Amino acid sequence: MLALSRWKIILVLGSVIFGILFSLPNVLPDNVLAQWPGFLPHARLNLGLDLQGGSSLLYEVDTDALRKERLTDLAEEARTSLHDAQIEFSDLAVVNGLVSLRVTDPTQVDAALTAMNKVGGALQTGGRDVMVTRQPDQHIQIAFVPQAAQQDAQNAVSQSIEVIRRRIDLLGTKEPDIRRQGTNRITIEAPGESDPQKLRDVIGQTAKLTFQMVDETAGQPQSLTDPVPPDDVIMANSEVGQGQPFYVLKKRVVVSGEMLTHAQQGFDQQSNNPDIDFRFNGAGARRFGEATMQNVGKRFAIVLDNKVISAPVIESAIMGGQGQITGSYTLESATQLALLLNSGALPAPLKVIAQEKVGAGLGADAVRAGEISLGIGAALIFAFIILAYGLFGVFAAIALIVNLLMMFGALSMTQATLTLPGIAGLILTMAVAVDANVLIYERMRDEANAGRTPISAADTGYRRALTSIFDANVTTMIAALIMFSFGAGPVKGFAWTLSIGVLTSVFTAVLVTQLLIGWWFRVARPKALPIA
Amino acid sequence: MRFWPLIRLVPRATHFNFVGLAPFAAVLSVLLVAGSAASLAIQKVNFGVDFVGGTMMEVSTPGPAPLSLIRQDLDAMGAKDGQVQGVGGGDGAVLRFGNVAGQTAEAGPVFVAAKLQTAIPGLKVTQESFVGGAFSTELMWSGLTALGIALGLMLLYIWFRFQLQFGLGAILALAHDIILTIGFLSITRIEVSMTSIAALLTVIGYSMNEKVISFDRLRENLRKYKTTPLRDVINLSENERLSRTIITGTTALLALSGSMFNVHSALFSLTATMAFGIVIGTYSSIYVALPVILLWGVKRDEDEAEPIKLQPARR
Repeated sequence: MLALSRWKIILVLGSVIFGILFSLPNVLPDNVLAQWPGFLPHARLNLGLDLQGGSSLLYEVDTDALRKERLTDLAEEARTSLHDAQIEFSDLAVVNGLVSLRVTDPTQVDAALTAMNKVGGALQTGGRDVMVTRQPDQHIQIAFVPQAAQQDAQNAVSQSIEVIRRRIDLLGTKEPDIRRQGTNRITIEAPGESDPQKLRDVIGQTAKLTFQMVDETAGQPQSLTDPVPPDDVIMANSEVGQGQPFYVLKKRVVVSGEMLTHAQQGFDQQSNNPDIDFRFNGAGARRFGEATMQNVGKRFAIVLDNKVISAPVIESAIMGGQGQITGSYTLESATQLALLLNSGALPAPLKVIAQEKVGAGLGADAVRAGEISLGIGAALIFAFIILAYGLFGVFAAIALIVNLLMMFGALSMTQATLTLPGIAGLILTMAVAVDANVLIYERMRDEANAGRTPISAADTGYRRALTSIFDANVTTMIAALIMFSFGAGPVKGFAWTLSIGVLTSVFTAVLVTQLLIGWWFRVARPKALPIA
Repeated sequence: MRFWPLIRLVPRATHFNFVGLAPFAAVLSVLLVAGSAASLAIQKVNFGVDFVGGTMMEVSTPGPAPLSLIRQDLDAMGAKDGQVQGVGGGDGAVLRFGNVAGQTAEAGPVFVAAKLQTAIPGLKVTQESFVGGAFSTELMWSGLTALGIALGLMLLYIWFRFQLQFGLGAILALAHDIILTIGFLSITRIEVSMTSIAALLTVIGYSMNEKVISFDRLRENLRKYKTTPLRDVINLSENERLSRTIITGTTALLALSGSMFNVHSALFSLTATMAFGIVIGTYSSIYVALPVILLWGVKRDEDEAEPIKLQPARR
């Protein structure tokens, strides 16, 4: 193993050069980096919020829109319950913040009130969130109780936080800090280099996707306020100037975005334009299949945030639950829509209240203290390993430096966000990297003590230690990859630095020291191992 | 040059009776786990603003905001888990803190605002509201799921590479380490923040590495000495890797020691937890994982012994 084969030398030299090139932008001053030729890497370490600060966005849940939507839902619930109870009614509408309707047959008013017992939801503090009252002239009014508004806003904020986190996580490991503020606000902080506009694009869209049938009997409306049958609703075409400007759609939602299992950017087979391919879950596929079977020859509309994206004619029943959303998408906009669909819809639109720059969460003094601590730690490791293993310790220290270079290079290259948890991951990989060398050297000592010649002891030491190093690092890698793919936030950042660290530390601890020791054997022709 | 490299001072062979101490260690482990559980039950852990939320206060100052002064003042007032962050052009700051010692939830922010205004003339509170924790329940569950799956797969891998009882020993030892580390956080009242999660993950990572290294030596010796009693093979293996355990452990602790000098640094609680975990992880490899294997027994059939043919030294 100690033979100085050419590929080994090339591999090690190559990775050292990689490490230096990609780490270099971090230590160069700005003006030097600006004149750096274009083919050389420019990316610096992407420090997290806690280490360098970033931009902060303050959002408010649009409670009016939320209220409106809840009232519409409530009216639909009332409609369904009355239908189920076979009670005739008229004038169902949302007026002045409450739902009002008139029961046609005076003898059925009591039955209608009973049916209304089922609409609405429960309050966390107990009781119902709606109040049903009987009004003169066979009218019934359903209103939300005052506490319901606050509860809705709170729920909307909690749901929005999770949706936003999924969306930002899908953009890459940005490690945002997302918190509730007050009752209906959300603060989002994202680290330094991240582009606030990109964040706003991703957060700003509700991404509520529905599939609804087009009411072919209703004709073509000219504006959003044209009169339509009570079961219908008018929606605008998302692409102005193409096709018909407005559509009359059935209010009933055939399938909604929650029933998507996966969406991804693809290409339209005919036009080769970017589109979005999606798949429904079991229930969604069944409902979509039934609806298309019953409506062959009619059109259905794909609606995103209350605008019709497209309204294709159903040629035949669509089973299997797969489909495409086509339109004039660019690669980027199709990818972004797929991301939004995958992370789910926001329960209510969000308004930007403020956008500002924020400083490091830890504070500059704390970051400096951290740097000093890490420096002391590293110096102590070098001193200890050299004291313990002499010349071989120097080799291990060199390998550790190469390891650090490669890790910083890889972190700069992948633009992963380095936060305090990430630094914990770095410390762990440093310890494990040293451990690999310790394992190798201890094996060499064993073999030398067992009476082997120096070169044979060194060679066997490497070979024997490899099994342990392999098993230990595969185990760590498994854990790191799982935590990266399933974890979120700080867990993800930690897992990413750990996976990079495992790869680079095995490489440097095994190959770099091997090369150095092999070369030393050639030059010095030692009679004994310095560590035996 | 006789004392350098230091490794020459380490005896070539040691003969500690590791297994002999196992009964005492078992009692110690049970006591420690019980103590951790009791502390958790009685006083839980000290969740910081990252978890339970607290007050957010935005202040503006006439000149550049003295962030470290504000931070010291917050600490001095007894505001729990105070965090200070500069905003805007530098003449503002965002403060986050939990309960204030000796103040009710409503009076706390008022108290802090008044104190800050006297300490820093011209300071104005521009906004104040409640903020939730950054670590939501969903984030917590996704983290726990990830950890669960990771532990499961590590168990499978160790089963595949070693034997089932090795895997179970490792998982039991990891559970021991996790409970003790959380117990450590509970007893020391260290404020549990995002970084505590990272510390816990690091402890798990280091501990797992220790287990695998220890198992590897045991597996090798089991093949080499097929008729030697298991407890003797365990003792031999642990003695053989003793110098490695000491050197690696020392290195890991040295890597952390930099921030141990400064008790007030933000890194102190992180590194203290990690240092505790490194000691516990080393201990549990020898005194939790291996005793489980010893009690359970291992398969030592002839088929397993093939690699021994490779053992004699070839010159």
